[in-house]
Amino acid sequence: MELVCPAGNLPSLKAAVDNGANAVYCGFRDDTNARHFAGLNFSPEKMAEGVQYAHDRGARAFLALNTFPQPDGWGRWQNAVDRAAEMGFDALIAADIGVLDYACNRWPDLNLHLSVQGSATNYEAIRFFHENFGITRVVVPRVLSLPQVKHVVENSPVSIEVFGFGSLCVMVEGRCLLSSYATGESPNTFGACSPASAVEWRETDKGLETRLGGILIETVEKGENAGYPTICKARFEVGGNTFHAIEEPTSLNTMEMLPELQKAGIAAVKIEGRQRSPVYVKQVTRVWRAALDACAKDPENFKPKSEWLAELAKVSEGSQTTFGAYHRPWQ
Amino acid sequence: MKLSLGPITYFWTKDKTLEFYEQVAKSPVDIVYLGETICSKRAVIRFSDWMDIGERLAAAGKEVVMSTMTLLEAESELKMMRRICENDRFLVEANDVGAIQLMKGKPFVTGPSVNVYNQRTLAKLAKVGLCRWVFPVELSQDTFADMQDERPEGVESEIFAYGRLPLAYSARCFTARAHNLPKDDCDYKCGEFPDGMTLSAQDETRFLSLNGIQTQSAHTFNVLSELDELRSLGVDILRISPQAEHTLEVIEAFHNCMQGKEEAEEAAARLNKLMPIGPCDGYWHGKPGIADSVLDNYK
Repeated sequence: MELVCPAGNLPSLKAAVDNGANAVYCGFRDDTNARHFAGLNFSPEKMAEGVQYAHDRGARAFLALNTFPQPDGWGRWQNAVDRAAEMGFDALIAADIGVLDYACNRWPDLNLHLSVQGSATNYEAIRFFHENFGITRVVVPRVLSLPQVKHVVENSPVSIEVFGFGSLCVMVEGRCLLSSYATGESPNTFGACSPASAVEWRETDKGLETRLGGILIETVEKGENAGYPTICKARFEVGGNTFHAIEEPTSLNTMEMLPELQKAGIAAVKIEGRQRSPVYVKQVTRVWRAALDACAKDPENFKPKSEWLAELAKVSEGSQTTFGAYHRPWQ
Repeated sequence: MKLSLGPITYFWTKDKTLEFYEQVAKSPVDIVYLGETICSKRAVIRFSDWMDIGERLAAAGKEVVMSTMTLLEAESELKMMRRICENDRFLVEANDVGAIQLMKGKPFVTGPSVNVYNQRTLAKLAKVGLCRWVFPVELSQDTFADMQDERPEGVESEIFAYGRLPLAYSARCFTARAHNLPKDDCDYKCGEFPDGMTLSAQDETRFLSLNGIQTQSAHTFNVLSELDELRSLGVDILRISPQAEHTLEVIEAFHNCMQGKEEAEEAAARLNKLMPIGPCDGYWHGKPGIADSVLDNYK
């Protein structure tokens, strides 16, 4: 299985490549990708340098171009496709039907992956993207159970990549509008969930209050861990109780499932976190490289080492991890 | 301009559903979308029942469209989607790209959960059989106007004009979660909430509505007051999304305004009082979805 690691900037890209990533994925510095945050991502010059760095060391470089252009911004996405093709990226990770259509017609040799934002949870959808745009890989949404993932692999005409570690989307990706409902901007339209400009923190007697688009979505008492505020991981009142009505602030870790994922024929494991630091990328890549190598060598006796899990726990959001939907009872 | 009724998004009893469509048959709505689009466990109305309801509505002069599920995970769900896509009686609304694949070039409609955000997507889908699209709910009238300018010939444009907005879908059932039940043993709790369960923020903003695996807006989107503008933009169809109460009155109000028998702004103000929580129209104006242009309530 290929290890696909996040690179929000050049130091992260180098950290990933140096610590054993088979591939890195990155984005341009605008709303054409789903990690559109200030100070993150690549200028064209740095991007060219990054692609070269990866290629010189035998790693592949993928470009995330996984948001949904509207007519007035179309040119930006078209330019990004052209630049990616000219820079020699090994694959373009796209979600929008229009972008895929443009890319496969203008650059027939450009390798295309369907982003998780493309929201393909079933093999009929995958067949559509394969037959119409020649995609060679799909990143499947984090809503499928392990048996469901296996079923997709068995019937898919292309290889399957799954998320192995990092932030967890509870909602099926590409079809979640919670962020824009509160702020006007969503991953689809703007490339960010809970854009920083809409987040407001306020210290009060009750604790640290977090507002999103002016709506109080969380109050964190002193000593509690305050994660990045997303609607799906906040506490709300439903039926007279205030609780994590959608999901706790946990992150995904599927390391224990590696032998099963390998047996299922998964082509690649993706690490989430282009918005995280180069230190995160370095630690997570190193641990996952070791785990994947150990699993490939002896899947029967594979068990995550306690020091690996300890290392990962240090960088997990909310300091708790879950198998997510891969483990059926979570659903 | 025509009027459509979207699929029922909630889990109503079979009796309530049949009674509802008896009323709909007598209403002035032109197009009716039928079928379970949210959760495959809610199987009290079988495929053949939906086809029967469709026949009755067709006999009453309605155009009937069969809607497919939005989030497909299990093979049993794909099987149902195939049955719908292979039906040769009624047009199909694809709510997932998987259904577009199964239509194999036959005419289809895309629902609001298929991301058609730009002219190139619209043109591509038109080539594989798209005959009507529902504009994604998070986009603004400016984007709609741009897309209308380049709309392929023979493709009708439908707007989600009234109802709680469909905002997200998950593998997890939030109604079951609110009752401390696992999804596999959910006790069909969503059946007890015919308009969904309201979720409030910690400042008591009534924010979302939990409808099983779907999350909707607590507020009801309503663009009736923009009727003149919608006409000038060349909207072909206005969609009303069913609620447990007052849907027939909503249809009546839209119809009367479209016929020039009632002032749109007055009717819209009247409808605001029939909503479970209150109105919103922010998305249409390029603002956060929860905002409302008349109440000017956005913080």
